Amino acid sequence: MSEGTNTHRQATLKVYRGDKGKGDYQTYKVPVEAGMVVLDAIHYIQQNYDPELAVRWNCKAAKCGSCSAEVNGMPSLMCKSRMDQFRDDEDIMVQPLKTFPIIKDLVTDVSWNYEVNKKITPFSPAADADWTVYQEDIERVQEFRKCIECFLCQNVCHVLRDHDRKDNFMGPRFLVRTAGLEMHPLDEANRLKFLKDEGHIGYCNITKCCTEVCPEDIHITDNAIIPLKERVVDEFYDPLGKFIKGVLSGGKK
Amino acid sequence: MTEYETKEYDVLVIGAGGAGLRAAIEASALGAKVGLVCKSLLGKAHTVMAEGGVAAALANVDQQDGWETHFKDTMNGGKLLNNWRMAQLHAQEAPERVKELERWGAVFDRTKDGKILQRAFGGHTWKRLCHVGDRTGLEMIRTLQDKGVHQGFDVHMECCVTKLFKDGDKISGAFGYFREDGRYILFKAKAVVLATGGVGKSFPVTSNSWEYSGDGQGLAYDAGADLIDMEFVQFHPTGMVWPPGVRGILVTEGVRGEGGILRNSLGERFMYKYLPESTRDGYAANDEEAVTWVNAAIAGTKTEARRPPELSTRDNVARAIYTEVKEGRGSPHGGVFLDISYQDPERVKKKLPSMYHQFKDLADVDITAGPMEVGPTMHYTMGGVRVDADTQMSRVPGLFAAGECSGGMHGANRLGGNSLSDLVVFGRRAGMGAAEYIKGISSAPTISEADIKDAIEEMEAPFKRADGKNPYDIMKELHKTMSTYVGIFREEKDMETGIAKLQEIKEMIKHAGAKGTKAYNPGWHMCRDLHNMMICSEAIAKSALSRKESRGAHSRLDYPDLNETEWGTVNTAISKDGDKMKLEHTPKPQMPEELAKLFVKKKEAASV
Repeated sequence: MSEGTNTHRQATLKVYRGDKGKGDYQTYKVPVEAGMVVLDAIHYIQQNYDPELAVRWNCKAAKCGSCSAEVNGMPSLMCKSRMDQFRDDEDIMVQPLKTFPIIKDLVTDVSWNYEVNKKITPFSPAADADWTVYQEDIERVQEFRKCIECFLCQNVCHVLRDHDRKDNFMGPRFLVRTAGLEMHPLDEANRLKFLKDEGHIGYCNITKCCTEVCPEDIHITDNAIIPLKERVVDEFYDPLGKFIKGVLSGGKK
Repeated sequence: MTEYETKEYDVLVIGAGGAGLRAAIEASALGAKVGLVCKSLLGKAHTVMAEGGVAAALANVDQQDGWETHFKDTMNGGKLLNNWRMAQLHAQEAPERVKELERWGAVFDRTKDGKILQRAFGGHTWKRLCHVGDRTGLEMIRTLQDKGVHQGFDVHMECCVTKLFKDGDKISGAFGYFREDGRYILFKAKAVVLATGGVGKSFPVTSNSWEYSGDGQGLAYDAGADLIDMEFVQFHPTGMVWPPGVRGILVTEGVRGEGGILRNSLGERFMYKYLPESTRDGYAANDEEAVTWVNAAIAGTKTEARRPPELSTRDNVARAIYTEVKEGRGSPHGGVFLDISYQDPERVKKKLPSMYHQFKDLADVDITAGPMEVGPTMHYTMGGVRVDADTQMSRVPGLFAAGECSGGMHGANRLGGNSLSDLVVFGRRAGMGAAEYIKGISSAPTISEADIKDAIEEMEAPFKRADGKNPYDIMKELHKTMSTYVGIFREEKDMETGIAKLQEIKEMIKHAGAKGTKAYNPGWHMCRDLHNMMICSEAIAKSALSRKESRGAHSRLDYPDLNETEWGTVNTAISKDGDKMKLEHTPKPQMPEELAKLFVKKKEAASV
């Protein structure tokens, strides 16, 4: 492989600059090197043109979920968005997540998510649980626990994005969290009433947009939301089925 | 005067990674009114990036394990410079802390009989690292975060502390700003726990995030605490080296723990020749023995075979890779090859999912089909705030430190997996220490108006420098200086040059300027971060220059040998003396006889 290809390609970025009140797109030219990601380009702008450019990031390795933005309209982690996916003559539009209020430039106020999280009944094992747990019984829960809280799923969920029902709907991230607790083999709490009456799981009409943008490839809709919906239906809308299941399971969750 | 809001707490915890969260949970559970501040959003701290596992002698896989062996491994890994009491508490308490995480909702990978699974790691005699694939840190921080939000303490997100205050000799509070809009906040607090992590941002190639600007070390230094062992900077042997955009990103030691093989450009498995004489007996003598060990580890069966040479300690593997590259046997992009592709692809994807995606997405390399290119990356600082082993209190009454920003636990080199356990063991102890300390403080903490005014003026200053220097340019100068003159291999002349350059950079920092408003302004934040980065960089360089031997992660070309009689008995200590940085060599705490015996026996056995 040839090192230091000095025929630096220039990329053109159009980055949203502004705050709650107003803003527009500013154009920057950035030299591109091999393996560069959009977050590198943003850092280049910050370090060389404009130290005021606000961006949230931490690990730059797709592990912390801080640098979520919309790149050419696609909600993604900037640290995972390779620059070589764009054509040379293509402008790269970088804008903040639409679903959350803008603080400044690419940084949005995601504090609502932390408030939702507080409402979920935490892990509640029995006091005398013996903690022998087999791998096959936790595979699904481990899938949900891969979530890095990038909130991209919350950003694309149309209940939140288009209808702005943050007052009433917990969103895919917290359905995943709840699923991880409900399906934990040693958890004894019941969150179904909460899911129905406060989380309003019924608002989700399984369009799977959340699953599509998940950088951790969690099957949010199929593996978390649909099974929870089924449990809620069984609990509240199918008294006969609930009775039969209750008899078969000996009253266990 | 500029406005600020005021909050009052019994205990203020600065930093919300594993150590800070665990400290806040403990202090709060013991009845203290606790405030927790973090520079990022909650759950994004550096702990999230830890991959391979948390070390605890649960003996679920290798029944021979116990705290004494973990203690010995930790001390040997740290070249016996560790604070023995911290290493002892750590080895004894780590198993209970891991089980506690499980009770709080962490879901670790399991053994066939339903216990927490443990994997091998460098320097650990037995399979000891409890893990969740290669995302153990995420599991830990999420568990602590979800436990913490129901604990009833306040969390101040995206808040950066710039000053600690004292009332007489005792801690009385802290001052900081919110990143969002730059508004100021005054914390009145009877005790402060620092849990701010490391110093990686002083180096250009690092696995650390922007948060690692040495805040805790800088705050403690300015408040009168001392920093020990700052010369010991861990270069993780395996960071990504290509493409340039990802240089430095961590490749977990778990790859080697699962059987990953290191080779140079000639195809030689070079680690055999870098095993130190003193530990050679613990490692496989040839490929056949190594592969027997790996196969047994995969099958979960017992074997007499010894572990592969790649599982030597990090300091040793990093030096080996550096040397191979320097002597012309490196990979095309200046690293060496790390290969796990000889194993079943499905198993590799299952045990190392993040690594699989990291290389596939960022480097177009399929690690199940071919080798990775890896090289050393600045990863961890063994040194930090000197604390009492049992309470984690520094020499400043009311000021505590836990996790990476504290010093002593890991001596001259940290073993992989000992950091995550350090966080929960000593995070809890710091929380307990602070909760106990405040019982003896009867009056409300007071902070002088003059101190507050100084803190505000310091933050306002960068905006007043009309032709201020770009703080990022200064950061780049600092990077260049640290990597050129105070890197993996060190030499007197280089370090003297480096220290002289640091003085120039210190002057530049006084001229760092910010433009625009205080609203989410990273340039402005960087102007202040440079202050702490400089304290730590200077402490590292001066400590390194003073230690005239090679020990653990500190490798001197001009003093290549370990010198036990002269240097094995002292810690390097840095403290503030007026405007000057003071350096002393203070006696290392002496191990009691019953623990010292553990090491003597080994020596006798070896000499027979």
